Amino acid sequence: MTELFNSISTPVLILAVLALAVLGYLTIRARAIASGGGDARVLHSLPSYYGYNAAMFIAVPALLVLALWLLIQPMLVQNAVIDTLPAESIAEGASVNLLMSDVRRVADGLETLVAQGVMTTRETLTLDTKTTDLRAVLADVGVAVGAQIEAPVLAAAQKYRNLSTTADAWRTAIVLVLALGGFALAFRMTAPSFRARNAVEAGIKAVLIIAASLAILTTVGIVLSMLFESINFFRLHDWRDFFLGSSWAPNFRGDSNLSILPLLWGTLYISFIALLVAVPIGLFAAIYLSEYAGPKVRAVAKPLLEILAGIPTIVYGLFALLTVGPFLVSVFGRGDNGMLGVDWMSGATSVLTAGLVMGIMLIPFVSSLSDDIINAVPQSMRDGSFGLGATHSETVRQVILPAALPGIVGAILLAASRAIGETMIVVLGAGAIARISGNPFEAMTTITTRIVSQLTGDTDFASPETLVAFALGLTLFVLTLGLNVLALYIVRKYREQYE
Amino acid sequence: MTDMADTARHKGSLLVQDARTVKRNRAEARFKMYGIAAITIGMLMLAILLVTIIGRGAGAFQQTFITLDVPLLEDKLDKNGNRDLADIKKVSTFGYAPLMRTAFEEKVAAIGIETKLSGKDMANLLSKDAAATLRDFVLSDPSQIGQTVSFTFLAQSRVDGYLKDRVDRDNIANDKNISAEQLDLVDALIEAGSIEKKFNLSFITGADASDARPEAAGMGVSMIGSFFMMLVVLALALPIGVAASIYLEEFAPKNWITDIIEVNISNLAAVPSIVFGILGLAVFINYMHLPNSAPLVGGLVLTLMTLPTIIISTRASLKSVPPSIRDAALGVGASKMQSVFHHVLPLAAPGILTGTIIGLAQALGETAPLLLIGMVGFIASNPPDSIAEGLMSPNSAMPAQIYEWAKRADPAFYERAWGGIIILLVFLITMNAIAVLLRRRFERRW
Amino acid sequence: MKDNTNAENAVSTNTVKIAARDVQVYYGDNHAIKDVNVDIEDKTVTAFIGPSGCGKSTFLRCINRMNDTIDVCRVQGDIRIDGEDIYDRAVDPVQLRAKVGMVFQKPNPFPKSIYDNVAYGPRIHGLARNKAELDEIVESALRRGAIWNEVKDRLNAPGTGLSGGQQQRLCIARAVATEPEVLLMDEPCSALDPIATAQVEELIDELRQNYSVVIVTHSMQQAARVSQKTAFFHLGNLVEFGETDKIFTAPEDERTESYITGRIG
Repeated sequence: MTELFNSISTPVLILAVLALAVLGYLTIRARAIASGGGDARVLHSLPSYYGYNAAMFIAVPALLVLALWLLIQPMLVQNAVIDTLPAESIAEGASVNLLMSDVRRVADGLETLVAQGVMTTRETLTLDTKTTDLRAVLADVGVAVGAQIEAPVLAAAQKYRNLSTTADAWRTAIVLVLALGGFALAFRMTAPSFRARNAVEAGIKAVLIIAASLAILTTVGIVLSMLFESINFFRLHDWRDFFLGSSWAPNFRGDSNLSILPLLWGTLYISFIALLVAVPIGLFAAIYLSEYAGPKVRAVAKPLLEILAGIPTIVYGLFALLTVGPFLVSVFGRGDNGMLGVDWMSGATSVLTAGLVMGIMLIPFVSSLSDDIINAVPQSMRDGSFGLGATHSETVRQVILPAALPGIVGAILLAASRAIGETMIVVLGAGAIARISGNPFEAMTTITTRIVSQLTGDTDFASPETLVAFALGLTLFVLTLGLNVLALYIVRKYREQYE
Repeated sequence: MTDMADTARHKGSLLVQDARTVKRNRAEARFKMYGIAAITIGMLMLAILLVTIIGRGAGAFQQTFITLDVPLLEDKLDKNGNRDLADIKKVSTFGYAPLMRTAFEEKVAAIGIETKLSGKDMANLLSKDAAATLRDFVLSDPSQIGQTVSFTFLAQSRVDGYLKDRVDRDNIANDKNISAEQLDLVDALIEAGSIEKKFNLSFITGADASDARPEAAGMGVSMIGSFFMMLVVLALALPIGVAASIYLEEFAPKNWITDIIEVNISNLAAVPSIVFGILGLAVFINYMHLPNSAPLVGGLVLTLMTLPTIIISTRASLKSVPPSIRDAALGVGASKMQSVFHHVLPLAAPGILTGTIIGLAQALGETAPLLLIGMVGFIASNPPDSIAEGLMSPNSAMPAQIYEWAKRADPAFYERAWGGIIILLVFLITMNAIAVLLRRRFERRW
Repeated sequence: MKDNTNAENAVSTNTVKIAARDVQVYYGDNHAIKDVNVDIEDKTVTAFIGPSGCGKSTFLRCINRMNDTIDVCRVQGDIRIDGEDIYDRAVDPVQLRAKVGMVFQKPNPFPKSIYDNVAYGPRIHGLARNKAELDEIVESALRRGAIWNEVKDRLNAPGTGLSGGQQQRLCIARAVATEPEVLLMDEPCSALDPIATAQVEELIDELRQNYSVVIVTHSMQQAARVSQKTAFFHLGNLVEFGETDKIFTAPEDERTESYITGRIG
């Protein structure tokens, strides 16, 4: 029986369920028409709704169970297998993850052996590393295994395969039973009085609800994925060093200083410079566009400014590294050869470089948000002010801006959140040296930069140097979440005031 | 505060501006100036950015080529003389190097250039790719062995840089890859018409190349990677986004759960993209064991990132369909679901499409999350054979490829990075233009 | 029509404050005001009545050049205040509006404190030399706006927190604080309930002591109650202008009569 079910692969199973659904649609639809005596008008719903209802009953529970099972099974099987691995083979230095990937590869290899008819299932279970050179056997069928296969690994692989096969068989069986059961149920329900349309619509609504809750699922996924690894990190590394330490110096001897403070300083410093550039320019641009510019100027200038927002951040990063950085060096560096004859700046990457470029990127962000907010101030405010003999600028400064202030603060907070989370500009433009310093001409590094550098290249998910990235990510998420929620709340309150 | 003050204040003629009004008008003019200055700065930055991109990147579409007549000597390439492909394949690219040396020496002699350079130094002017080009040609057509064939080889990046004024005689003192004598030879060959700059199609269609061969690197394969990612994003984000928007806009009851979902969505739209990269790494790669660097994973991550954007714009277009349409459908006895799917959704479709294209354009330019799921540093040399392979086999993406080039400390790669940006921007501009056209064409005022 | 206004001038004891001659207003291609001639007197309440869209508000907004803020609006003809052409190139609308205050249809207090709302005008025009003087101006304006007693204990509370009638009186106080000579009121009571309306009407009557008040109203009863002179507008034309009593009891034009008796409008 197991063999039979195992001969059905997952894609085939899905196709089978779908085929059954189509069959269900056709038969039940026909049955509905027949049950009405050939007259569709006596039915509660259109005949096709009876068909859709059947297809829904057949496919949805079966595919749902299949999907869940596929997600959960590897985890359960893996946990069961890890328990059987002897502690010493883990202690030899290799991490559990590496060992498990060996186990999986050998198990896959055994699967291939059976599939190609080199061995029977029974033979794979009696294999012994002492008598068979499994590596060579596997190589013959095209499965490459890195090292010589140890006995415990083989045992684990055998168990892994055993459990997986059994679970696979059950899965196939249960999915098929569910599909057939759905068919039977739909068959029994089909009668002229059955409200098929309502049932189908309830089903569609359920799909809509699931789609809408995906947003929550994503947030939960973000939090959980970072939380678990962060907890792992804090098991390996003192939390006091992370939050209160003063230096960031990862190394592979295992005594790294991993403090977030220098990174946070760099992040905030660069964001501050970016806002210093973006807020005045963006705000004045918004004021000009919404208060002074004629429709023609507006029609040209607004989309042009928004192009700046549509340019990918990698472009800004390159601009910082290759254009703005060298330009700043030629102004503030090179000693007597420089434009100012000073030697404050030595490399192209610096806080100023990243901050300026990020500021340019944020100009349209600030200006279009502020533009919306200024436009939301009712015309009657302007009329009131003009009616008293105020000039346009007095109206803007003393009536419109104070009225729009909460909204503008919200916009600036959103811009700050974006600056803090910006990655490519700082990766290319800010440098890689973690330090707490007030000199804007020095290279500094940021949270996002370190996340990228700790998680790219060869990563070992058991070392604090890698796991720290998740703690950094979580901090970043919490920080930006706080800013976003606050900003969105302020903007929402502001809009309600004038609705 | 009496009529006395009143008259004192306004006695002046309207036709004469009093001192205070003059001052206030000056402040007014100043304020307006600030606004104009802000707009000008914004425009100026845009202009500088575009000029820089085009000025630095346009060169990548042109490449320096050297034309040589290469004798395909039988005793070097096919010692047995039986044109057996297996035997010919045994000759590695090193076996072809002498041919090119000879060809170069002959060429120089034929033109009559005096040079002290050895054949090896001359052949160094060619790209390290040249031998492979030659070998591929021979393998594809072994019957040419024994003939002399004219080839146009890529020149090495320093020669290319010399023609593009990136390299000059002053800054090559410490350069191992080129010498002043070699540049003399290049000058002579340019005179003779054997070295020239031409349009370089392989920059658009080709694959990335190793550090030593910037002249051979291209965007083509990463473009395919981006294409497959966009396919995933479109296939997932559009239906899920539309379904979620329909629920929130048309069916959701006003309660705290709906509120949470809404706050959630607007917050997700503002979560840093790198956080989505971490999510992708933790969930799709570490937990689900999907392959590293695969466009499928990149697409999934970008889907989650793009969803809020699509949901927000879809809801806006659903909202712009007036309630009277819904009432009309309900009035003839349609169910709520039917009124939405038969009437509201088709009317909102252009807006939804526009929002989706803009979301896709955003996703296309996104880099940070791709770095975390390993879509950098990998050189995929060939286009994938099938859709499944395209989704699952490791690849890069356009912005990640640009980042990869920007990291390599060779100005020749910088030029390619800027060139890559031009290609990326062409895609983005096209997508946005389509979105604008759609909006113009189908925009409906109720 | 011209005869009409001249006749009025003859019997009037007050001087002419605003004189309009052949005023035309266009909104884009739409000819909104046609050939309006009118003389508005000092220390008098003049009411503009007429059906919706007849141009009475548009004409009102010409008097302090509020129409300048609308891009498509063009004004031709001649409007003089104290003999000076307010559309002369040398005239700064800012200075003009200090002289010609305006109260709007919907109360529009700024989102500031009551004090700052009233002090806004004096501040921008520099009417006070110090804080004490400003306090005095604010108090006096609020008294003239007949709202002082209601708000004197909460001058720092936001103006938006007042009731509709209080807000409108605050707006009138705000307009009065800049010490204008003319006060324009664009349906000042249309957003108010009857009690608040009565308070504002009473206030308008008092304001007549110091200002030339022009009020646009939809309500004929209101025009009859508060004004001494009434102008009837119809389809952009000034149909009839004269003593309020005469307009309501013995109108000369049959369109005026139809409107007053409720047959058109």
